[in-house]
Amino acid sequence: MTFWRQAKEIARKDLVVEARTSEVVLMTAPFGAAALILIPLAIGTDAPLLSRLGAGMYWIVVLLFGVLVILRKSAVDGPAQTDVIRLLGVDPAARFAGATATTAFLLLLFEIILAPVVIALYNPDLRGWPWLLLILPLTAAGLALLGTIAAGVTTGLGTRISLTPLLIIPLSLPLLLGATQALEGLRLGRGILPWLVLLAAVDLALAVAGVLAARPIEEATA
Amino acid sequence: MSRRPYTPFVSAKTHLVLLEDAGLRVGPTVILQRVKLSLDAGEKVGLLGPNGSGKTTLLRLLATLQRPTSGGGTVLGADLMSNDIYRIRPHIVLIGHEPGLYPELTLAENSRLVASLAGRDQERARTALELVGLAGAADRRARDCSRGMLRRTELARALIVEPRLLLLDEAHAGLDESASALVDLIAARVAERGGTAVLVSHDAERLNVDRSVRVVGGMVEQAS
Repeated sequence: MTFWRQAKEIARKDLVVEARTSEVVLMTAPFGAAALILIPLAIGTDAPLLSRLGAGMYWIVVLLFGVLVILRKSAVDGPAQTDVIRLLGVDPAARFAGATATTAFLLLLFEIILAPVVIALYNPDLRGWPWLLLILPLTAAGLALLGTIAAGVTTGLGTRISLTPLLIIPLSLPLLLGATQALEGLRLGRGILPWLVLLAAVDLALAVAGVLAARPIEEATA
Repeated sequence: MSRRPYTPFVSAKTHLVLLEDAGLRVGPTVILQRVKLSLDAGEKVGLLGPNGSGKTTLLRLLATLQRPTSGGGTVLGADLMSNDIYRIRPHIVLIGHEPGLYPELTLAENSRLVASLAGRDQERARTALELVGLAGAADRRARDCSRGMLRRTELARALIVEPRLLLLDEAHAGLDESASALVDLIAARVAERGGTAVLVSHDAERLNVDRSVRVVGGMVEQAS
C-alpha cells in the first residue's frame, strides 16, 4: 500500500470519527465564540478599539482553542489502536501526514466558524479579505503540523494534557506573528508577502521535521 | 546499541522466533530476564503464568512492539535490534487486553480499515466478519458492542491479515464456548499455514496447544 493511500485511510478514519462526535463543531467552536463575546463585554462599546483588536483576538482564540482541537484529535488513537496500526505496517510518516491533514481541516473549519463571529462583534477592517483564503489555510496547516508533532512527543506521558499546550503555544509564535502581521498589513495597505513567506516556510519546516521524526517519535513513545 | 546482521530464519529454517537471553527493564524495574525461547513453524504454544509475571510484555516483545534491553533474538527472521522489524510487522497479529478498535466506527468499518491498511481487499473484511459470526452486527458501532463481540472482531483481524505469528493475550478470557472454539480454530489455521500461534492464559486447562511455557518472575520455564 502506498504512502499516500495509507495517509488517506488514516485521515478518512479520523474524519469519520469527528463527523460522528462533532466535538469541534458542537463543543470547541461555541467555546471559542463565547471567548470572543466576552472580550467586548470587558472592553465596552469602544468600537474603534474593538475594530483594531479584532484580528489579534481572533488569532489568540484560534490558537488557544485550536489546542483543544489538537488534543481531542490526538486522543482518537489510544495505545491499543496505535499497536494495531503499527503492526499493519503503516508508515509512521504516512500516519503523521494523515493525522495532520485531518487536524488542519478541523482547524480550518474552526477558523471559518469563528470568522463571522469576529466580524459581527469587532467590525474589523476587511480590506484585502481575499488574502484570507491563503492566510487561514497556511495558519491551520502550521498549527496542525506543530500539534501533531507535539501530541506525538507527549504520547503515553501522564502529563500529556498539560505538556502538549506548553509545547505548542511558544513554538506557534512564528505562525501567530505571520498571521497577525499579514492581517495588519492588509489593514494598513502594506505588502504582506514577507508574512506569507514566513507562514509557508514555517509550514514547510514543520512538515519536513514531522515526516523525518515520525518513526523515531513513534518508536520512542511505544 | 549494536546492530546484528540480518539472517533470515536463524539456525534452523523452522524457527520463527528465537530469543536468546532477552531481557527487558523499564528504569530500575526488571520485567523480563534472560528469556530463552524458540517457536517453530506450525506450532501452537501456550504461555502460562501468574499476573504480573511478564507474559504481556513478552508478547509485545514477540510482536516487535518493544525491543529487548539486553540479549536479543529474531522474530520471523528479523533481528529484534535492527530495522528489519518494520518489514515483518505486517505478518504479525497481536490481540491484546484492550480492543484495538475505534469505538465510533462500526465493526464493518473497523474491519475494512484493517483490510485496507493491510493491503487486502474489502471482500475479505466482510467474509472475516461472517466467519466470526458478526455479519448481523456489522453495522453496529464498536462502542455499542459487548466485550465478546469486540473480541470476535479482533479475531476477524487475524482472518483478514492471515499472519505468520499470531499472539493472543488472555486468549479465552470473557469468551463463551463458541468464541473460545473460534480462538482455537484460528490458532490452528495459522499453525496449519506454517505460522505460529502463541496463546496466553492463566488457565492451562483451557488451552488447546502443542506445548506450553511458563513465565514466572520475568523468566521463562518450559512447562510441558
